[in-house]
Amino acid sequence: MTKTRNLLSLALLGLAVALQPARAAINIDITQGAEAAIPVAVVPFVLEGGGTPPPEDVAGIITNDLRRSGKFEPLPTSDMLSRPSRFDDVQFQQWKALGVDAMVVGAVEQLPSGEYQVRFELLDTYKTSRILGKYYRVPATALRALAHNIADQIHEALTGQPGAFSSQIVFVQQVGTPPKRSFQLVLADADGHGQQVILTSPQPLMAPSWSPDRRQIAYVSFENRRQEVFVQSLSTGERRVVAKFRGLNNAPVWSPDGRRLALTLSKDGNPDIYVLDLDTGALRAITQHWSIDTEPSWSPDGRTIYFTSDRGGKAQIYRVSANGGQAERVTFEGNYNAHPVVSPDGRWLAMVHRGDNGDQIAVMDLQTKQLRTLTRGPLDESPSFAPNSAMLIYTANSGGASRLATVSVFGRADLPVGLIRNPVREAAWSPR
Amino acid sequence: MKAFRHSVAVSVLLVLAGCTTQGDVQSPVPVEDRVGAQAGAAQPGAEVGSGAETRGVTVGGEFEGDPINAPAGSPLAQRVIYFDYDSNEIRPEFHEVLRAHGAYLASNPQVRVSVEGHTDERGSPSYNLALGERRADAVKKVLVLNGAGTDQVETVSYGEEKPASLGSSEDAWAQNRRAELSYQR
Repeated sequence: MTKTRNLLSLALLGLAVALQPARAAINIDITQGAEAAIPVAVVPFVLEGGGTPPPEDVAGIITNDLRRSGKFEPLPTSDMLSRPSRFDDVQFQQWKALGVDAMVVGAVEQLPSGEYQVRFELLDTYKTSRILGKYYRVPATALRALAHNIADQIHEALTGQPGAFSSQIVFVQQVGTPPKRSFQLVLADADGHGQQVILTSPQPLMAPSWSPDRRQIAYVSFENRRQEVFVQSLSTGERRVVAKFRGLNNAPVWSPDGRRLALTLSKDGNPDIYVLDLDTGALRAITQHWSIDTEPSWSPDGRTIYFTSDRGGKAQIYRVSANGGQAERVTFEGNYNAHPVVSPDGRWLAMVHRGDNGDQIAVMDLQTKQLRTLTRGPLDESPSFAPNSAMLIYTANSGGASRLATVSVFGRADLPVGLIRNPVREAAWSPR
Repeated sequence: MKAFRHSVAVSVLLVLAGCTTQGDVQSPVPVEDRVGAQAGAAQPGAEVGSGAETRGVTVGGEFEGDPINAPAGSPLAQRVIYFDYDSNEIRPEFHEVLRAHGAYLASNPQVRVSVEGHTDERGSPSYNLALGERRADAVKKVLVLNGAGTDQVETVSYGEEKPASLGSSEDAWAQNRRAELSYQR
């Protein structure tokens, strides 16, 4: 059984390797296309029929999603000369004159059942043609999710790459101030809406990480006045301790196959990277060095682990086989690079890079080794990739306040995540 | 009461075992099945015997009585050691303080102290956790050199998670790069 699975995964790996060069060639084209944002217009959806207006602004949610991706530049509604709701009503000349490449029109209507019918069309203003067009019937509570889903479809139709708007985030927030401060682990939509507190503790919580199946979160809790790594089920809230050694128990990250955690332990005197098998409890040391080795991140094929180490004197990023062995230095630019995170497509390595303006989020193209600084600093940290590898969420600190923001891998659309009123520590973006 | 003392001492010994038995093969993974059933919200505080629940690091600063009756201004009354940026070196002005604490622990073998390492907010949180541990370890080393038993000193790092001073000024950062000694009763 296991053998068959291994053979299968080997075959899949072979396939992935074989496809690599072709995919890389295509990627370059997409990159160049994505550097300039596509001008679009999302026309406010018309309310049809005599029912109650919907509790959510569907077109507004789509507009915000598209803007946040950094790949689109939505036309302000105040610049719109008309508000068509269907293909037949669109005067394309008008929209071409406004420089719009693509536009979204639609309508919302409340049905006698109380549900809403949502119709949208994605139109190509230059070809004067319809790219997508669909009807949906959903309860009011599903309107936000539907809007994100429509934004995902538009993103994919126009860029060839799936959107990440239907994904979620978990983050750690601080509520209150000492002595009444508490720490919460919060689950929310990627745009900050729909927040649910899944854990509250009087002591710090750190380093949340999603399982690849999106069902569990690993994190570090100090609730017993020491560091312990927990794994918690999102649906049941049940949790268990998986690591509570002497010293550091930190930075857990799930392997791509979901069966192991890479993490940092200092049980033998100083911090090293370990891999813990979640089924058997077997523990394997991946690094054994007198320096600080921490913040592991898996490559998507599960073969390589990137990590932070100060073995060269300052914090830099290294990589090592997931079976251990000789580590190789990856970053050379600047005297502080930490918290490496490999994108889900394996193309980018995000990190905290100490640049001209303090700690800034940067990405390295793993093929060309080119480093690009994305954020302004001066105290940005904890990058985490969106499931489509096109955006990052990170924590920006200034003047004792800390907030979450997202930014595209090209440094566009550096925007705060809304609706979060408390100081935020670290966030993790869910897999697809 | 006496039994309680013992259980604390034993568990601290166990916790610190890795320190004195380097090279020994550690049992694979202490997956705690009994914790498995514990669902829902975090349990504040620790169980008796966890060696961590005493005065320690109460977020709220609900400090309990002081086990050492040190007069203000004496080295023993000083419980915070400050560090330079990106450094775990004990500055000369703290040698006297740590000498006094080490000697006190040596002559009071039943006393336990917890050393908490902290950093400023610059840099990555998980990396800072490791830096905080280095600071706590450095303090422990000096205490032991000055006569404390290794099993009397427990270390924990909070990295940048528990700043003493909020804000992002050089002053605030200097206040936050520290190790705190907490005597336990």
